[in-house]
Amino acid sequence: MTDIELQPAPASMTRGSVRKAPENFLASADIRAIQVGGAGAGRRGFLRDVFAAALAGGAATQALAQPAAAAGEGDPAILKLPRHSTSLGQPVAAHPYGQPSRYEGNVQRRQSPGLTQTNQASVSFAPIQSLLGIVTPNGLHFERHHQGWWDIDPQQHRFMVNGLVKTPKVFTMDDLMRLPAVSRFHFIECGANTGMNWGNVAVPTVQYTHGMLSCCEYTGVPLITLLEMAGADLKKGRFILAEGADGSSMTRTIPIELVKSGEVLVAWGQNGEMLRPENGYPLRLVVPGVQGVSWVKYLRRVELGDQPWATKDEAVHYIDLMPDGQHRQYTSIQECKSVISTPSGGQVLLGTGFYNITGLAWSGRGKIKRVDVSVDGGRNWRSARLETPVLDKCLTRFNIDWVWDGKPAIVQSRSMDETGYVQPTYKQLRAVRGSRSIYHNNAIQSWLVQENGEVKNVQLA
Amino acid sequence: MSSLRDALAAGLLAATLALPAWSQGKFPNIGRDATPAEVAAWDIDVRPDLQGLPAGSGSVDDGQDLWEARCATCHGIFGESNAVFNPLVGGTSADDIKSGHVANLQRPDYPGRTTFMKVPTLSTLWDYIRRAMPWDNPKSLSTNEVYAATAYLLHLADIVPADFVLSDKNMAEVQQKLPNRKGMTTQHALWPGNEFGAGKLKPDTQASACMKDCGPAPTISSELPGHARNVWGNLREQNRTVGPQRGADTTRPEGKLGDAAGPVKVVGPAGEDSPHARAIALTQQLGCTGCHNMQGKLVGPSFADIAQKYAGKTDYLQSKIRAGGSGVWGDTPMPPQDAPAADIKVIAEWLAAGGGK
Repeated sequence: MTDIELQPAPASMTRGSVRKAPENFLASADIRAIQVGGAGAGRRGFLRDVFAAALAGGAATQALAQPAAAAGEGDPAILKLPRHSTSLGQPVAAHPYGQPSRYEGNVQRRQSPGLTQTNQASVSFAPIQSLLGIVTPNGLHFERHHQGWWDIDPQQHRFMVNGLVKTPKVFTMDDLMRLPAVSRFHFIECGANTGMNWGNVAVPTVQYTHGMLSCCEYTGVPLITLLEMAGADLKKGRFILAEGADGSSMTRTIPIELVKSGEVLVAWGQNGEMLRPENGYPLRLVVPGVQGVSWVKYLRRVELGDQPWATKDEAVHYIDLMPDGQHRQYTSIQECKSVISTPSGGQVLLGTGFYNITGLAWSGRGKIKRVDVSVDGGRNWRSARLETPVLDKCLTRFNIDWVWDGKPAIVQSRSMDETGYVQPTYKQLRAVRGSRSIYHNNAIQSWLVQENGEVKNVQLA
Repeated sequence: MSSLRDALAAGLLAATLALPAWSQGKFPNIGRDATPAEVAAWDIDVRPDLQGLPAGSGSVDDGQDLWEARCATCHGIFGESNAVFNPLVGGTSADDIKSGHVANLQRPDYPGRTTFMKVPTLSTLWDYIRRAMPWDNPKSLSTNEVYAATAYLLHLADIVPADFVLSDKNMAEVQQKLPNRKGMTTQHALWPGNEFGAGKLKPDTQASACMKDCGPAPTISSELPGHARNVWGNLREQNRTVGPQRGADTTRPEGKLGDAAGPVKVVGPAGEDSPHARAIALTQQLGCTGCHNMQGKLVGPSFADIAQKYAGKTDYLQSKIRAGGSGVWGDTPMPPQDAPAADIKVIAEWLAAGGGK
């Protein structure tokens, strides 16, 4: 990652900071450039130059912890009309696809250093510390690739159904997109999410502890429709194999029961647009409640069979090592889990007083029923507000009021789903599974808020 | 007229009846039948009951040659390398082969888990090698080569002797010698169906939701050590610049309450406007970035280090990229690159000129 802007963000962005605008901030040539140049690289260069000039002129800049209104007549952010109030803005479609504000440049997917030796069999984590609501923007949806990602020509992509069917079928994307589509919001979580924390604290922020998690509206056709079109034998056929078209040809076994329920989708849409290449464009499987590895990307084939396949990622990986040395195989459901995203590790609270503690809860077994929050390390709990919508196998946002008195606090969240299952503590989870597993860690997360406002990832005895 | 209409109607009816319901159903003219050749081209999976296994064979000897040429780069000559992927071989014993349970899996102090400590079914290995290996050129092995590579691996794991020939005829027998063949269970509540007969099992944690004065006062048992503070980069630049908090500035020691209110640097993705975009894109496209980072060692040296060492040496870099080889930067050999010469030249020129971003 490199800087796109070498200078700090302008003073108006940071609370209570005062920065005097330099004299002649906008020279007449600059004004002409903004009027004539319009958008694009030229304008970007222009902005960079102007801000660099502003910085050079504002060397005496001092950040103040108190709101600026206390000094002099008031806040310069109010008293001095900014350029965006006094000059012409950019034209429509300056960015035909659009992009986030440059001030949101820190909100990005990231790799955790040292997690994998190669970049094409690796993971990028969604920045859930900075996400709002329940939807993950497509550009921030976490990635997990086994042999690198591809941008596949949708006109050349084919989808096949074979196995225990009367007639194996081939579908083009044109075929599939003619079918009646459904759109549903679901979370997707990698089975290894939070895996690095099984033994002890291993990463600093919620992006790295819980960021192999995303939630989108996925659009596609129920897989059962396509199986029926091929004349599937749903009595003999008890499992399906889903297979991808990338180098790894990722394969996973999925129960026919889920498929029959109509939940499993062959999807092309994600949050109102086509899937992003990093997420399987042009076609992927959606398997609600089940770990991400089964949501096969670049989906090219579904085979119906009477036996499970024991593919590499269900016989060597994504298996859970139990204390007696046995591995649990075909573990797939992502159990009820939650995490607080504000405040969370690697953040610093700006001062004492009111905070809205917020976070996300989800369950692979259905809807979230309740989320409790503790600020004293699990001694006492209060139930949080669940924000709507509360959907099946989907992220649910929770909020709860908190007035921080400046003393150390350990904040935790504990979720419960509609089956009555309660998210376990680390102690409870390790009592059953030991601490040598990698996958399916849904233990309660603890964040320590220190007196200096800095928040740390901790585990409790 | 009416007779014509009747005839047409009858014809239509007959046509409809002649079509099997499952091929038309509710969605006429969507999709088509797959040809047998198409199904054969894609239906390459092999199950534990060996359904799908094609006829063929390969010897340990042939496997060794293949291994050194195509597999050792990532897995080491003896399948034990930890440089790129987890070791394949090690941690199993003759007793494990007898019992079908790998004893080391019960030892919390045992340092790692190799493929052979875990894999319960030989079909899994065979299928994966065939569909996904070699990592940078998947599906390029012939059926017999897949048998040979599998045979060599089995020999490295002391499961078959050096003169063994693996084939579709003896796969089932060899599968019964895998050290961890009895090491898996489906008796748990994490499978979302009843197919394994375990669907009615209860979740393995049964926590309750105590609300007041629960348990003892908390004590912290684990947190990141101070020296790891900046390992993930500056966390300040990984958080939004407005809102109730900032990211911690991990380039500095911890400050006082309120210190976080100062300016925050906004960062962006690398290489967007680079004049070297084509060369950088090619390193991605040709798989170079699987082993080389821009800065800092990955499997191989960084592009920056290569550029420094071979400044101006376009010809040398071109031939090195084309031929591959080992020994200059470490033990891990680089596989030969069979991309178009023009593409290789672009990368070599870029590196020779400094390899800038």
